[in-house]
Amino acid sequence: MSDHDHHHDHSELSETELRVRALESILTEKGYIDPAALDVLIETYESKVGPRNGARVVARAWTDPAYRSRLLADATSAIGELGYAGRQGEHIVAVENTPELHNMVVCTLCSCYPWPVLGLPPVWYKSAPYRAKAVKDPRGVLKDFGFELPPTTKIRVWDSTAEIRYVVLPMRPAGTDGWDEEQLAELVTRDSMIGTGLPKHPQEVGR
Amino acid sequence: MDGAHDMGGAAGFGVVRPEANEPVFHAEWERRAFAMTLAMAMPGGWNIDMSRFARENRPPDDYLGMSYYQIWLAGLERLMQERHLVEADEIVAGKVLHPAKPVAKILTADGVAAMLHRGGPTERAATKPALFAVGDRVRAKDIHPATHTRLPGYVRGHLGRIEAVRGVHVFPDSNAQGAGEDPQWLYTVSFSGAELWADARDPSLEVTVDAFEPYLERA
Repeated sequence: MSDHDHHHDHSELSETELRVRALESILTEKGYIDPAALDVLIETYESKVGPRNGARVVARAWTDPAYRSRLLADATSAIGELGYAGRQGEHIVAVENTPELHNMVVCTLCSCYPWPVLGLPPVWYKSAPYRAKAVKDPRGVLKDFGFELPPTTKIRVWDSTAEIRYVVLPMRPAGTDGWDEEQLAELVTRDSMIGTGLPKHPQEVGR
Repeated sequence: MDGAHDMGGAAGFGVVRPEANEPVFHAEWERRAFAMTLAMAMPGGWNIDMSRFARENRPPDDYLGMSYYQIWLAGLERLMQERHLVEADEIVAGKVLHPAKPVAKILTADGVAAMLHRGGPTERAATKPALFAVGDRVRAKDIHPATHTRLPGYVRGHLGRIEAVRGVHVFPDSNAQGAGEDPQWLYTVSFSGAELWADARDPSLEVTVDAFEPYLERA
């Protein structure tokens, strides 16, 4: 799996690199692809669609109770209100963390992930250790991420086995009274929307 | 299929290793392999379930030995070969050896945004009532098809509860085989950690999967 990336020696990577280059030439020459379209796809997911989108959704839900209600009732349409929609986010469900319940999202079968709000998944999300462990020992996963939850907080793990995509609505950190959406969005990390992390502390963004 | 991709609960893979400030891609070839895979679905005409099966249907040592985008690349090569868009000798030679096959449509740069925005919604109109309702007790069937399925191995045979009814969706088990969408009711089913893992160290654990009606029986 992806983990092995780091163990591949240089020649192996070069072999893949050459194979991909040759394949792109073949597909272009045969008229199946437009290389400029590939550039746009890459540009989209490297610089336009990513976890900042999700952070805006979360910050809106933290400041606007009516929006929060709409998000929990029909996340696809509430997220669409902010202009985020489409591929791998056709059917989104938002799940809310509370002091009693912590939610975590995984795709044990592959890499299902809500692209419009989080972008493409990180390597660890697609890796064997996460996919194997999340559904059996989520508290162990949280330790791998460097934190623990009180034993009184239950954990619910959502395995994305169909086309529903899950995003976690984390708890708004204390000490943020009066913060506006933009300020709050800075506290929302990618991992806090997967459930393998918590939002940043207000002090971490220096306000 | 029962394969190496079905990893839920497997032991021995070790700790999860997040990477600080991780880039979206780790090499140029990953960018191109990712984008080619998305772009080729249009001329290729395959669906997402066929793509998933093309990636997962390989010997476990191959699957586990490849990086994520190497699996994507292998899946793409297979899908194209199956449709004679590209032949095996061309992939080996790294150049065109056979005439192109006519394709109906290709993805152009100015069509990308619309294609991504459209996505691939899987919800379909219901043609029959749902068999189960929220709160119903169900058992995940102990099935082992050789073909694509989205019922993970770790819940098979176990007792769960209907947590949500998600509407009628394209049935991957059928769609992956080119046998039509055969839309089915989809449910979120919850299982207790104690039910799934007899040795559960965490009695407060609950796991949900999204399961199509044919995967479930009343309990």
